[in-house]
Amino acid sequence: MPALILGRLVLVEARRGGLVWLAALALLAGIALSAFLAQLAITESRLLQAAVVAALLRVCAVFLLAAQVVASVRREIDDRRLELMLALPLSRAAQYLGRLAGFIALGFVLAIVFALPLLLWAPAAAVLAWGLSLAFELALVAAAALFFAMSLGQVVSALAATAGLYLLSRSIGAIQAIASGPLAEDSLAHELARRAVDGVALLLPALDRVTRTEWLLYGTPDARTYAPLLAGMLIYIVLLAAAGVFDFARRAA
Amino acid sequence: MTRDERPLNALPAGLWLALALALAAQIAWRAHEPSASVREANLPPAPSAAALRLASFGEPEAAARLAMLYLQAFDYSGANANPYRRLDYGRLTDWLAAILELDPHSNYPLFAAARVYAETPDAPQSRRVLEFVYHEFFADPDRRWAALAHAALLAKHRLKDLPLARRYAAAIQRYTRSPDVPLWAKQMEVFILEDMNELDAARIMLGGLLESGAIHDADEGRFLRQKLEELERRQASGAK
Repeated sequence: MPALILGRLVLVEARRGGLVWLAALALLAGIALSAFLAQLAITESRLLQAAVVAALLRVCAVFLLAAQVVASVRREIDDRRLELMLALPLSRAAQYLGRLAGFIALGFVLAIVFALPLLLWAPAAAVLAWGLSLAFELALVAAAALFFAMSLGQVVSALAATAGLYLLSRSIGAIQAIASGPLAEDSLAHELARRAVDGVALLLPALDRVTRTEWLLYGTPDARTYAPLLAGMLIYIVLLAAAGVFDFARRAA
Repeated sequence: MTRDERPLNALPAGLWLALALALAAQIAWRAHEPSASVREANLPPAPSAAALRLASFGEPEAAARLAMLYLQAFDYSGANANPYRRLDYGRLTDWLAAILELDPHSNYPLFAAARVYAETPDAPQSRRVLEFVYHEFFADPDRRWAALAHAALLAKHRLKDLPLARRYAAAIQRYTRSPDVPLWAKQMEVFILEDMNELDAARIMLGGLLESGAIHDADEGRFLRQKLEELERRQASGAK
């Protein structure tokens, strides 16, 4: 399939662009941090190491992938290579989805590489659940970063939009809990604000419930809990891909 | 990664000098700045668990443990003969409660409360932390009994408050249900009433904890043994 060639090009560009070194540095930083933390803890040092390193590696993986996607796409647009691609006998949807497949594959590779060190502190089944969830989360981030890089004009605005969507999705559960807490005042303004927060939550993926460090520390989730989490991310990836193809189809050549 | 670059020796000497001076200025500036140590700083008021949860961006377990390390650093140093003496224990228990609410499965806050903060020589402060341990025990007795067992020992031997120690021991006896809780802990009240000194009681408790597999962490085992050695030294010097 010609679209898959675009996906392969994405992987080749990532390998040649230094992403491998950055990923290795992130892993090194995680392991160094774990050694440092082990000196400070008076109890639960294994849990402390697993929790902090997993949180760090998760953020690193997301940042590296988002930056890679945005930089790659914006370079392609700025060098006018995208216009050249549009002249190929390949539908716009195939071109967009081919690139997205490449970035998703890159996300899966990063997820595997970043999950492996966690085997030092957590059981294999928990690491597998965490790593698979991270792979889906990275696929979602890749889809978001590709959408924003294609539709927004600048690297900074695309990165900021991706980071904003990601961070808001990870904290929306806590924001909702605060908004509906028992100490919240009972007024019309507050009720409107609470409903607005609930409305925003409907448009966001539940990233606060996936790739949980809790799984590494206290045991893997059962299939009935885990499968809907992956399904939720898959739905959002499809939504972002559909929005991206829609926007790309409208683009003037 | 390759770039088209001019050789280093082609750069003007002024640039080298400017770079070296800027680096020296940075190092000198930082070296003369007061250190950011929190050892002698006052503990700030505790944030709410909701605020900590929001700041954790969906990583409550990692945030709870990092918050514990942050808390541990206050008013403590190796040379400080009375660590935690100047700490505001009201704020401290608020912090511990918020951290525990952030990750209720973690034993770290209660372990630190019973084994570190409650061992202060200041009796009112110690009582405050022991009551905190007692209060939090009821949320999950089968997981939190070890901290309350130590609290019972402290109440008996440090505070010399036998009714308080019996209250803690009775709570363990009455509310723990799990078969993982060792028998000696379930019979804690008898253990408290026995006429034995603190060192013997601590030895039996540590031996029991190790034997029952309640201590999974090597650092925790090392820490507890170290505490036992401190107690032995203290009692030996008291006997002389």
